Amino acid sequence: MNVNVEEKLFQNRYKVDHDRPHISIINAEICSAECKTQQCTHICPAACYKAEGSGRVVLITDGCLECGTCRIICDDYRNVAWEYPRGGYGILFKFG
Amino acid sequence: MEKFDAIVVGAGPSGNAAAYTLSKAGLSVLQIERGEYPGSKNVQGAILYSDALEKIIPEFRDEAPLERHIIEQRMWVLDDDSYIGTNYRSDAFNKTPYNRYTILRAQFDKWFSEKVSQAGALVICETTVTDLIMDKQRVVGVRTDRENGDILADIVILADGVNSLLAKKAGFHPEINPGDVALAVKEILFLPQETLESRFNVKEGEGVVIEMIGKITQGMMGTGFLYTNNESVTIGVGCMLSDFKETRLSPYLLLEKMKAHPAIKPLIEGGEMKEYTAHLIPEGGLKAMPQIYGDGWMIVGDSGMFVNAVHREGSNLAMTTGQMAAQTVIELKQSGKEMSRKNLAVYRAKLDASFVMKDLAKYKDMPGVFHANRQFFTTYPELVNKAAHTMLTVDGVDKKTKEREIIRSFTRSRSLAGLVGDAYKMWRALR
Repeated sequence: MNVNVEEKLFQNRYKVDHDRPHISIINAEICSAECKTQQCTHICPAACYKAEGSGRVVLITDGCLECGTCRIICDDYRNVAWEYPRGGYGILFKFG
Repeated sequence: MEKFDAIVVGAGPSGNAAAYTLSKAGLSVLQIERGEYPGSKNVQGAILYSDALEKIIPEFRDEAPLERHIIEQRMWVLDDDSYIGTNYRSDAFNKTPYNRYTILRAQFDKWFSEKVSQAGALVICETTVTDLIMDKQRVVGVRTDRENGDILADIVILADGVNSLLAKKAGFHPEINPGDVALAVKEILFLPQETLESRFNVKEGEGVVIEMIGKITQGMMGTGFLYTNNESVTIGVGCMLSDFKETRLSPYLLLEKMKAHPAIKPLIEGGEMKEYTAHLIPEGGLKAMPQIYGDGWMIVGDSGMFVNAVHREGSNLAMTTGQMAAQTVIELKQSGKEMSRKNLAVYRAKLDASFVMKDLAKYKDMPGVFHANRQFFTTYPELVNKAAHTMLTVDGVDKKTKEREIIRSFTRSRSLAGLVGDAYKMWRALR
């Protein structure tokens, strides 16, 4: 089964804080060279983390649901710097 | 710098309960919420348990935005293309005062927050608290992302949700273990009211909840749910993060497969999806609970792991912890005592004497048992479904032979010792 998560996220309301992502990968080298499992690329419920052919992990936070999964599952390397977006920015749930 | 009696960080059920109770007692309260409005960052299934809220706002039924009161609970154990289950439906649940309701959190939290403002608290939205301000070991205020955004208070109540970043940054507790938290994803699907009511066999205002276990979590420790709102259903599935990490299954794939299950699909057919959400649920129980108070600070709600995962309760524990934290502050204030770690121990004592800690203590071994015994989520759902299928298929085979076949299927999968052991483990964990 193929699931297009972007289609799901399209239903959500966001106020994106352009050029100020609230989550970042601390050291990209660790993701590509050391982390064999790259679980963030599978488990992030908004598919913000993408595995590139080169072994790099690319993070785009625009669709982030602010759940905290990526930070907690990166427990082998603690390579995710995670803050809440600035006040008023990020996901805005209509129904919650 | 401005100073308040109390600062409450977050405007979910626990923060609102705390801020409301404090304000009602005449304390000066600042509540800080990072969302555009209270509720815009909050996610839940969502079932509201009346009792906890009634103890805070007795007249809530006349004002709060409630969806449907629950008259029927279904429990389903699913195999790939079947389920076996139980229903409990009672007309007693159809008599006021109703015991529980479905709600939409974005609307409900907004209403609760209006009550907090009316009670006299200053509620500031679109403001993220970035750090706690410390004076040696003591919390004396908060730093926000606003200009000149430092604010002081005698007590800071942390109602900042499951991620509990502030207490973590301050070093009050370490990062959450992936084995102590579940990741749940859900969608809200809109249906015409008449369609929904005929599908679920209810009248206007009446609702059904379906809790599910089995193949939908693909071997992971977790559950699924389907709740009826007024003109929509909420459908979701959640599993422990440690299991997600191990299997590397995508949560949205799990949800899509669940929606395609032959027992579920007809119930949601034609539903228009209007929001997709994800949220962590702190399910580690009592053994994973952090220190919940210290000099100048207290933790309430999800940030303190106050969730009864077995009974799917959380928002009621959140409200009760918020209320009891507030009552503790009020008592100390009235007797002129400082908000020290020693004096705030009263908060823990109040919780210990309530259903909150009693229930968490009762189920303290459940997370461990489920983690170590995945068969409860895989083998057993399969076996009971197959047993029902064997018994209910009329094919000329006599019932005695069918019984033997079923017993053999159980002992083959789990062995007699395994079956007895599982029963014992469950009994020990639940007693």
